[in-house]
Amino acid sequence: MHKNGPIALIFHGLVVAFVLAPLVVICLVAFTPENTLRIPTTSFSLRWFHAIFQHPDFVASFVNSLWLATLSATIAIVIAVPAALAIDRYDFPGRGALNALFLSPLIIPHLVLGVAFLRLFALIGGTGSFAWLVATHVIIVTPYVLRLVMASFTGLDRSAEQAAMTLGASHLTVFRRITAPMILPGITGGWLLAFITSFDELTMSIFVTSPATVTLPVRMYMYATESIDPMMAAVSALMIALTAAAMLILDRAFGLDKILVGQK
Amino acid sequence: MSAASPSLAGAGPAASPARRANPAPWLLVGPGALMFLGLVVLPLVLTVILSFHAYDHSTGIKNEFTLAHYTAVFSDSYYLGIFWRTLRIAALTTLICALIGLPEAYILSRMRDPWRSVFLLVIIGPLLVSVVVRAFGWSMLLGSTGLVNQTLQALGFGSVRLLYTETAIVIALVHVMLPFMVIPVWTALQKLDPMVEAAAWTLGASRFTALRRVVMPQVSLGMLSGSLLVFGLSASAFAIPGLLGGRRLKMAATLVYDEYMHELNWPLGAAIAIIVLVANLAIMLAYNRMVEARARRTLG
Repeated sequence: MHKNGPIALIFHGLVVAFVLAPLVVICLVAFTPENTLRIPTTSFSLRWFHAIFQHPDFVASFVNSLWLATLSATIAIVIAVPAALAIDRYDFPGRGALNALFLSPLIIPHLVLGVAFLRLFALIGGTGSFAWLVATHVIIVTPYVLRLVMASFTGLDRSAEQAAMTLGASHLTVFRRITAPMILPGITGGWLLAFITSFDELTMSIFVTSPATVTLPVRMYMYATESIDPMMAAVSALMIALTAAAMLILDRAFGLDKILVGQK
Repeated sequence: MSAASPSLAGAGPAASPARRANPAPWLLVGPGALMFLGLVVLPLVLTVILSFHAYDHSTGIKNEFTLAHYTAVFSDSYYLGIFWRTLRIAALTTLICALIGLPEAYILSRMRDPWRSVFLLVIIGPLLVSVVVRAFGWSMLLGSTGLVNQTLQALGFGSVRLLYTETAIVIALVHVMLPFMVIPVWTALQKLDPMVEAAAWTLGASRFTALRRVVMPQVSLGMLSGSLLVFGLSASAFAIPGLLGGRRLKMAATLVYDEYMHELNWPLGAAIAIIVLVANLAIMLAYNRMVEARARRTLG
């Protein structure tokens, strides 16, 4: 295998700089002691991180987003694992159509989903309810979980299950003691990916949140369209830190490239 | 113990998956399927119906059938201009992503392992950072006193107005979409045996010829699916034009948001959203056809 030449490495350096530039700038500006969006050169300060806690609406949105992401990722697992089991193990009429239905939120723009949910909730009176917001996020994150769980099913060795079955284990026991532990990496990876996706979601949520259920990305978007001060940088820096932590866990445990790349 | 095993062994085949009219799969997919029917299919149908409702600025949504919203969108130069801008920006973003993502994925695939994983993480990791955060980062970089303008001034060029221009939108969109181009190309490159390229060199092909005749055909499928993703996501992007385009430079998604939240003309907003959805699905189908035809040709 040949090494990359100097031109290739310069190109690579530029791409990496381009990819990291906005994230690095945010993290630097977050520590400015001044009132403007400038990269601090002489002194650093945590004042804008303190300022976040003076905005109870940001804290409330953060807590709201955490709950929303936790609940929707968990419910998505409860829906996706049995669905993946049925689609992978059984041949039944409508199997392909159901698979397409479960994956459809991936190809419907979030904008369209947001508009559609808004119409439904206006008709059934679900506007502004947290439970309905969770339901919309479940729809958005379930495809990601389903894909990862399906992928872990395809790589599965069935002989252990058959052995357990032969030895007299019931279906439920086989699933609990044999299948579930074997697909556990897929489930945990799916949960984390679902959590992050829900936590970051903006375009759909902006249509279905009410003042009481505003999520953190929606709050940040609203704030950024009206005023820009270094507090936005501080909030963004916290979100980058949180994402980086989740990313490292995902990478250590499963390999991020496998989760984001591997849809084979 | 041994007496129990025959009867249980007998239970095995009876529970075998392939049996017809087995209720088990229905019980397993049922709850999810109902939820998706109620929360994906039903709302979409309701939105299509809504887009045919008449709207009056003083009385609101009326119970009359009309095609007025669709004809308005397709005849008014204001809306056509926004659709044209959306297409132009999405196409340009796709092109630039291919021009950067393709060589970058190739360079990544030729790295040795600690660096290879580290840089793959650097390139695709930002995918997990919220789009609002990344858009905000670019608005700081491209602002009139931002780092880009400071550098330009330090180098002796005058300051350039970047924020709230199409250029800003395209730059930020490329940043957000690049992983979607790198991932499929990278996947395609993983399947490519590096020895094949080496064989081409041994047989006297130049590096460029080897790239063009050996690597490119293998990678083009990955590039096609990457382009499809990038185009679809760019054409319906919301946060980037919202934060970097300002109030004046609207794209399809921000237009729908304004119709819903500021003009309160839901039927018109619904009509535009449906057009975005149909255009997205049509482009995807056409692309799929192309990809399949290509795959058939390469496989022979």
